[in-house]
Amino acid sequence: MARALMKGTEAIAEAAIQAGCKYFFGYPITPQNEIPEYMSARLPEVGGTYLQAESEVASVNLLMGGAATGYRVMTTSSSPGISLMSEGISYIAMAELPCVVINVSRSGPGLGNILPAQGDYNQATRGGGHGDYRIIVLAPGNLQEAVELTQDAFALSQKYRTPVMLLADGFMGQMMEAVEIEPRETENPSSNAEWAMGWRDERGGKRVVIRSMLLDPDKMEPFSAHLQEKYAKIRESEARFEHFMVEGAELAVTAYGTTSRVCRSAVSNLRAEGLKVGMVRPITVWPFPVKGYSSLPKSVRGILDVEMSPAFQMADDVRLATLCGLPVATEGRWGGYSPSVRQIEDKCKELLRK
Amino acid sequence: MSETQVFGIPKIWKTDVHTHYCPGCTHGVAHRLVCEAIEELGIQNRVMGIAPVGCAVLMHEYMDLDFIEAPHGRAPALASGMKAVRPEKVVFTYQGDGDLASIGMGEIVHTMNRGLPLTIIFINNAIYGMTGGQMAPTTLLGQKSTTSPAGRSAKVSGYPIRMCELLATLEGPAYIERAALTQSKYIVKAKQAVLKAFKNQAEGKGLSFVELLSTCPTNWGMRPVDACKWLEENMVPYYPLGVYKDFE
Repeated sequence: MARALMKGTEAIAEAAIQAGCKYFFGYPITPQNEIPEYMSARLPEVGGTYLQAESEVASVNLLMGGAATGYRVMTTSSSPGISLMSEGISYIAMAELPCVVINVSRSGPGLGNILPAQGDYNQATRGGGHGDYRIIVLAPGNLQEAVELTQDAFALSQKYRTPVMLLADGFMGQMMEAVEIEPRETENPSSNAEWAMGWRDERGGKRVVIRSMLLDPDKMEPFSAHLQEKYAKIRESEARFEHFMVEGAELAVTAYGTTSRVCRSAVSNLRAEGLKVGMVRPITVWPFPVKGYSSLPKSVRGILDVEMSPAFQMADDVRLATLCGLPVATEGRWGGYSPSVRQIEDKCKELLRK
Repeated sequence: MSETQVFGIPKIWKTDVHTHYCPGCTHGVAHRLVCEAIEELGIQNRVMGIAPVGCAVLMHEYMDLDFIEAPHGRAPALASGMKAVRPEKVVFTYQGDGDLASIGMGEIVHTMNRGLPLTIIFINNAIYGMTGGQMAPTTLLGQKSTTSPAGRSAKVSGYPIRMCELLATLEGPAYIERAALTQSKYIVKAKQAVLKAFKNQAEGKGLSFVELLSTCPTNWGMRPVDACKWLEENMVPYYPLGVYKDFE
């Protein structure tokens, strides 16, 4: 596909289709409605199916059913809807099924409002539902990256047989940028016949049972350990981050998603003024890219965590990643506002003066 | 010379395991009817089963079919997701009254309304079995349970829900029938209903829902024989047997 100006939600939807996703289950919620709308129009053109659920609880269970067949499936929602899906995501993690969930997040708690926010960090990076599981969470910083991470999400979910979430706040969903969406090569769903339902003839008559329950502690204990081994492997192999202008920096700003765009501008401006500021941007927020912090130059004396969340939910992970070795200051706006470039610049200058 | 019909064990039934069901529980009969229907239609390799949360969560241990364990009440949503992806397969759910008529009420109503050709087997024994005999949405007025120790009161808990009647108001389903599992004359009818429910889907004709009135001697606190009698005397009058919808 040639480079085209697209809205974030629609770019994500088309990227999924170009990654082999032909089955989509969704329920309306702002600010992600363009995704189900786009899918309902587009999927029949590619021989796929759009099913509208009666609730997010149903969406995620339609997703689980679809995922159990070994085909690529996706659902999308926004914060309150993701809360409702968390039960299902926990079950899908237990059943070890691949699927993609997009969260175009908004302000919370409760109904909050429909404006962008980053208050779902803890929910996303800790799995969201009950039990000992994590999900891979990808946080794009621009729309081209959103396209690529959406496509990567399918490959990662397939590779590890786990739900993968794209955490794109409302700005990412609603803004427009030029994107290029290339088709990804995908394996035939029958390559999942070993574990997926509906491939009995292909397995030579052998059946499969997909479990979400193991009553016997002698089975549950090793299975839980198996999940943790999988997560350890993911931590080791899949963490991604970007360093921006960190050479010789005294202060490292850190932010993901929309706030990283604001910080990028602030860091560029401050560097132009000769101030030693850089940025660490997590691209995967789970697994958290510890190396992005441990590999910062020795010149860094402190970190500024910028979020659209008054709880600064990522700051704890930053402290862990630095083994509390650096002071972590915070700055941001929330409730539907993003911080301004000027605000970040002023805060950086204040910290550098200390 | 008259021919003697000898009933064997359905080939789909896994003979190397014993069920965990209590003595006198009619899940065994319902399971057998499902196995017989699938075998008679020759669709074993096409079937994808969805086990509920409840006593039947382990039904996949007894039937040689592809299976998945659904979250509580969500089996119809899983079934719809599977059918959307693999319309050529035969997808069925098997759910109890707590699963289908309480926590899963939203999923069952919308699945029935959407009308994807699925097969839903609904076991109504008027109580929560696995959790130990709590009041279900189908518990009869006056019926004692561990959470209605004085008997269900309409004032506090409302009235028992009649699922066949409720779902028959929808345009989506092709076929809805209620049968019982207490004695041969009822079981023969139940068998026909289950068979038809699978046949409708296998032939792409539509969505079928079969409610099977079942006993739970353990949680009703009765001997199996008394449980059958109680079902016929108390449940059948409130939940009349018969066809509630049939496209044919």
